[in-house]
Amino acid sequence: MDLASILLGGLASGMVLFVVSVGLSVTMGLMGFVNLAHGGFAMLGGYAVALAMRHWGMPFFAALALAFAAVAALGVLLERTLYARLYRASELDQVLFTIGLAFVMIAGVTLAVGPESQSIALPAWLRGQTDLGFLRYRSYSLALIAAGALLMLALWLGFERTRAGAQIRAAVDNRRMAESLGVDVRRLFTLVFALGSGLAAVGGGLGAEILGLDPQYPLRYLAYFLIVVAVGGLGRVSGVFAAALVIGVLDFVLKVEFPKGGAIFIYALAMIILLARPQGLAGKRA
Amino acid sequence: MSAPLLETQGLQKSFGALQVARAIDFRLEAGARHALIGPNGAGKTTLVNLLTGALAPSGGRVLFDGADVTRLAQAKRVKRGIARTFQINQLFRGLSVFENVCLAVAERLGAGGTMLAAAGRRAEVIAEATRLVELLRLGADAGRRIDELPYGRQRLVEIALALGLEPRLLLLDEPAAGIPSAESHILLEAIAALPRGIAVLIIEHDMDLVFRFAERITVMVSGAIYAEGTPAEIAANRDVRAVYLGGALDA
Amino acid sequence: MSLREAAREYATRHRVRAWEALPWLAGLAAFFLFPNYLAFGTQVLVTILFALSLDLVLGYAGIVTLGHAAFFGAGAYTAAMLAAHAGWNEPLSGLAAAALVAGAVGFASGWVVLRAQGLALLMLTLCTMALLEQAANMGAAWTGGFDGMPGLAFRPIAGLFEFDVLYFRSQYLYALAVLFAGFVAVRLLVYSPFGRSLTGIRENVLRMHALGAPVRARQVRVYAFSAALAGVAGAVFVQANGYVNLAVLGLERAAGVLIILILGGYGRLYGAFVGALVYMLLEHSLSKAYPTAWQLGLGLTLMLVALYARNGILGLAAALRSRWSGR
Repeated sequence: MDLASILLGGLASGMVLFVVSVGLSVTMGLMGFVNLAHGGFAMLGGYAVALAMRHWGMPFFAALALAFAAVAALGVLLERTLYARLYRASELDQVLFTIGLAFVMIAGVTLAVGPESQSIALPAWLRGQTDLGFLRYRSYSLALIAAGALLMLALWLGFERTRAGAQIRAAVDNRRMAESLGVDVRRLFTLVFALGSGLAAVGGGLGAEILGLDPQYPLRYLAYFLIVVAVGGLGRVSGVFAAALVIGVLDFVLKVEFPKGGAIFIYALAMIILLARPQGLAGKRA
Repeated sequence: MSAPLLETQGLQKSFGALQVARAIDFRLEAGARHALIGPNGAGKTTLVNLLTGALAPSGGRVLFDGADVTRLAQAKRVKRGIARTFQINQLFRGLSVFENVCLAVAERLGAGGTMLAAAGRRAEVIAEATRLVELLRLGADAGRRIDELPYGRQRLVEIALALGLEPRLLLLDEPAAGIPSAESHILLEAIAALPRGIAVLIIEHDMDLVFRFAERITVMVSGAIYAEGTPAEIAANRDVRAVYLGGALDA
Repeated sequence: MSLREAAREYATRHRVRAWEALPWLAGLAAFFLFPNYLAFGTQVLVTILFALSLDLVLGYAGIVTLGHAAFFGAGAYTAAMLAAHAGWNEPLSGLAAAALVAGAVGFASGWVVLRAQGLALLMLTLCTMALLEQAANMGAAWTGGFDGMPGLAFRPIAGLFEFDVLYFRSQYLYALAVLFAGFVAVRLLVYSPFGRSLTGIRENVLRMHALGAPVRARQVRVYAFSAALAGVAGAVFVQANGYVNLAVLGLERAAGVLIILILGGYGRLYGAFVGALVYMLLEHSLSKAYPTAWQLGLGLTLMLVALYARNGILGLAAALRSRWSGR
């Protein structure tokens, strides 16, 4: 495979990682909450898309929008009723709770739909290849790259230009200060959690062809989501973006060149970065 | 004159553009009874953090007993004899009062690293912990968990921990804060009973305590030393009165 | 409780109580009462030892790790590779070698990762384990890769007791003996001044620094000790079962032992025993028959425990006991 193909393939994987992980980064940065069930929201979103398309004949993008809304709503429900009780709990309790939730999601999906992996039928114009002039490449991958870039832009604008975005950034940097300045941090938590889960759902649906879609999804990719978030820096969209792309490209390359155990380089790189900069690439030093 | 126990030379600390300690030259003799006063935000706790090694300075030196300890880590300074209490209690909340004090005493006696003999067999640790608990009149609460105690009594445990380290320099950060006035005499007596050989530096806002305890007072304002002298000199100093004490001492 | 009582309680806490003989008597009784379940029993004993090692690090020193299987696997692969490639299949010395290797890995990784806290530390422990897993996959010539190394045979223990492939008789007693030795070591450690200082580090690290304790050195020490113990558990696993594969280094095993310890009650010495027994019994009977329902039930249980029973079964028992005695 030539360099351009590898790069594009890696970028596409990275974009999927970005879309799924950005929500996790912001919720962890804002709420300080270790949410190991985040991959479960992505999975639920993917399943929502697959089922809506198959049983209701929904077109792809409408299904994505539905998945976003449904999972975001679920996120609001879970956040208000359950997650909120553990904000002051120890890291261990949060780890335990969210592992349990992930198990429940996995089992729930298996019971409701079955253990087989699901596929999502992409719309016709996304299948096949696109001619870029210097290269013909999978349309789907190119669309993923475009979508990820657009999302990055939208988030960046949202954080930099809107009031809510400013409040979120302030609360990530210093929650108590933000509260004393009148920011309603509780509502912010819920908003961010909903947004993050919704985005994960979209990522699950968008990325189903690359990451697959089956009940084991939440735990299979957990390590990668966490690494992207930790390496990027909690609550830093630009950091998550960079980390996701780097890891996406690396992973893609390694799968081709070093299928057996090549991921060792990713883990080693993540460790080196975390040791040199425990706050992540874009994170603020504590 | 012999070298002071503690000396800082040009000690300063900045966080970015914010300077919280400016060129502080501070001296403390062995056996001193010294108070550090000043308005909130003057940098008193920062100075204590710099002295104990909890904070690294941006410039200047800290000399303890003649040796330059500026780069020395906090734990090592404790071993040399610098102990402190915190403005907000830092205790082992899930453990009992007695266990808290035992931890401090065990560290001082160098027992903390022993892996194979039972802690319960260290009679000297138990005896010393018992003595300290009695000194601070905490006997009735000895077996209770820290988080079951009222804040004032927790404050006394904080002092007991520092005393358990048998320091040569004791830094008390607002020790009376949170202790109800009915019990503050226990604190006063404990401080008065400290061996003369220990140098004691107190940060306090309670002027009653300050003037009863201190033989010398340093006033800090905006990160720098504003005035220094005996209690009488400080009380008579008009600038200090204007900046900090207000009319409180006219009575 | 008066001062005298508090001092006396402190001075005698380490004394062995009569009921502490019960687990071992039960273990021996099981050998005679359940001769057809000794293979399962051996797995339980190995898991208890593994969970005990995790308790040192998590329950006592307060280090949250998702990667403790790194050391279990290090010990397992040491014993396996020595037997398969160096013809060194004497079990007791294999245990010692596994302890040394796993302890060294623990010391090195602890020295490196314990400078971090919070999420960064959690990730570093996870990455260390994943790194080893990938390395084991890469070095398939040595480790057997994904399929692992089946069919490992070991010499009789102390030259006398042969490994009994059918009924696991000697394996069970071997595991019980190793667990006993490991437990004695852990118990001594926990009640030592070092062990007490670990509790201090867990409760308030800032204060421990301010007491002059060399915090990081202590953390690395207990991490290495715990790693060695986990390595011993891994070696017993390999010797008793006669195989090894990548699963010994996997997230499933690491998360599993974490769950077991928390369910039983961490920081309580016997939580490992209770947790492993209860969890594995339930899993053995339920998960084969109704795997999805088992996972659902387990997930719900974990959520409930995190919300209402964070100190596990032993914690609940202690709370009930103090409620009844009216304190």
